[in-house]
Amino acid sequence: MTKYINRRVLVIILTVLIAVVVASAFLASIFISDSDVEPDFSNTQLPPSLEHPFGTDWLGRDLFLRTLKGLSTSLTVGVIASVISAVAAILIGVASAVGSKFIDSVITWLIDLIMGVPHTVLIILISFACGRGLKGLLVGIAVTHWTSLARLIRGEVLQLRTQQYIAVSRRLGKSSGWILVNHLLPHLVPQFIVGLILLFPHAILHEASISFLGYGLPPEQPAIGIILAESTKYLSAGIWWPAVFPGLLLVVIVLLIDRLGENLRILIDPYSAHE
Amino acid sequence: MSSISGRLLQTFLSYGVRILLLLLVVSIIAFALVCLSPVDPIQQYILGVGSVSAEQREELEDYWGVNDAPVERYMNWLTALLHGDFGVSLLYRRPVLDIIGERFLNSIALMFSSWLLSGVIGFTLGCLMGMYRERMTDRILKKICYILSSIPTFWLGLILLLVFSVYLKWFPIGFSSPIGITSSEVSLWQRLYHLALPAITLSLMSFSQIALHTRQKLIDVMESDYVLFARSRGESRFTVLRRHGLRNIVLPALTLQFASFAELFGGSVIAENVFSYPGLGSAVSAAGLNSDVPLLLGITIFSTLFVCIGNMIANLLYGVVDPQIREAQS
Repeated sequence: MTKYINRRVLVIILTVLIAVVVASAFLASIFISDSDVEPDFSNTQLPPSLEHPFGTDWLGRDLFLRTLKGLSTSLTVGVIASVISAVAAILIGVASAVGSKFIDSVITWLIDLIMGVPHTVLIILISFACGRGLKGLLVGIAVTHWTSLARLIRGEVLQLRTQQYIAVSRRLGKSSGWILVNHLLPHLVPQFIVGLILLFPHAILHEASISFLGYGLPPEQPAIGIILAESTKYLSAGIWWPAVFPGLLLVVIVLLIDRLGENLRILIDPYSAHE
Repeated sequence: MSSISGRLLQTFLSYGVRILLLLLVVSIIAFALVCLSPVDPIQQYILGVGSVSAEQREELEDYWGVNDAPVERYMNWLTALLHGDFGVSLLYRRPVLDIIGERFLNSIALMFSSWLLSGVIGFTLGCLMGMYRERMTDRILKKICYILSSIPTFWLGLILLLVFSVYLKWFPIGFSSPIGITSSEVSLWQRLYHLALPAITLSLMSFSQIALHTRQKLIDVMESDYVLFARSRGESRFTVLRRHGLRNIVLPALTLQFASFAELFGGSVIAENVFSYPGLGSAVSAAGLNSDVPLLLGITIFSTLFVCIGNMIANLLYGVVDPQIREAQS
C-alpha cells in the first residue's frame, strides 16, 4: 500500500479527512439545537443503540450529539489557543534572534522559567487567577505552549542571519526591517505552519485534561473533558459508554492532526527524517 | 583531583543560585496571579466555618491582612516562607508543609515507579525499533508510539480503570491504601497493589517519547561507517548494539528522562485525579478548585523545585555526554 500512497498524497488525504471531521463537528454544533441535548429522564443511561449511537448519559442526554457539540467547543479552544501561542512564538523567537543581547537573554530566561513550572500546575494557577472560565483556559494554554516553537524559530533565524544574501542585502543598504520582512519571514512560514499544526493536538489535549479536572468550562457546557469527568462517577457501575466513545473521538482527531503535522514537517525538511 | 571537585562545587553553586532566583520569580508570579483572582479567600474560609458576623469577618480580614497592599502581603508571605512557614491549608486545616511532605511521599512513589518503568520500556522498545528499522517490528511499534502520544492521560486512565478494575477486578478502583485502615498498618504489598494501575497509566503515557528518541539515535549509530564495518566482519545486530550502540545512546536517553520531570509531574496531576490517589497532584487541583491559596502556592513552589532539580541533573549529564558543552560550562 505504501508503494502507491506517498507522503504528499498522504498529507492531502489527511487534510481532507480532518476538514471533513472538523466541518461536521461545527455543522453539527450549529444544527443541533439545545433541545436535542435536553435531559430526558425516561431514557437515562441507555447503552449504545441505533437511535443513540453513543448511548445516553445519567440525565438521558444523547451522548453522540453532546460529544459532537463538545468537540466543536474543544476544537474552537484548541484553534484559538494554538494560534495565539504560535503567533507569540514567532514574534518572540524573531525578537530573541535579531534583538539585542539583553532581549535575547531575557527571552531565553523566560522560556526556562515557563518550562520550569509543570504546565498543568501553571494552567491551574492561571485559570484560578482568571476565575475559572473559558478565558483562563485559553490564556493558560496559550502561555504554556509557545516556548518550544519560539526556541525553534530563534535557532532558525540565527542560522539564516549568517547567510550570504543577508550580508549582501545589508551591504546594499537595506534596513533591518526590510531584511526581516523580505528575507527572514518568508523562510519562517513553513516552520510556522507546521509548528501551528503540531501545537494544536497539544492544546486540545491540555484543554480536555484541564476541563476534566474541573477548571475551565462550566459543567453544563458540553466539552469532551466534562463529559468524561461526569462518566467517572458511573464507571464503577459498569457504565462504559460515556467514558469510551467521546474519548475515542478525541483521540482520533488528535491523531489525525498530529500525523498531518509530522508528515508536513518531513515534507518541508526531509533531512530531519532519515528517509 | 581537587580541581575536579572544586569545579563540581562551583557548578553546583551556580545552579543553586540560578534555581533560587527562579524560585523567587516563580513565587512572585504565582502570588501576583493569586492576587488577580476574583475569588474572595475570606468567603471561601467562611464557607468552611459556617456563618460569621460582620465584626468577625472584619477580624478575619485584619488577621489575614486582606486589605494590605499586595506588595506588603507578598513580603509577609515570603518572610514566613523563608522561616519555613508555608501557612495553613484552608481545605485540610493543617500546615501546608505537613501536607506537602506527606503527599509528596505518595507522589514520589508513583512518579518514580512510572519514571523507571517508562524509561526501561521506552529504551528497550527504542533499541528494538532502531535495530529492525523499517521492518515489521519497527512499523508496528512506531504506530503504537504515535497512537499513545495522542491519547489524553486521563482517558487512558479511565479505560484501564474500566477494563482492569471494573470488569476484570484485578486492581482496586482508587486510593493509595485500603479504606478504613490506618496508614501504619498498610503493608508494602498493599501499597504497591494500589500504586500499580496509576503507575502503568503514567508510564504508558511517557514511554513513546523516549522510545522514538532512542530509535532515532540508534539509527544514527547504525548508519555509521564503523557499524558497517562491524557488520561486514560478521557481528550480529545484538553484538553491534552491545558494543557500539548502547554506549552511544544510554546517556542521551537518561538525560531526556531527567528533563521530562515537568511532564511527569503534570501527568501525575491528571493520573492522581483519575485514580483518586492522595498525592500532590490531586491536592493541587483540589486546592485550585476550593481556592485554598496557601496550599496552591506551596505546591507550585515545590513542583518548580522538583522540575528544576530534574533539569539540573539533565544539564549536568549533557556535560558528561558532550565535551563541547562541558567546555562551554566551565
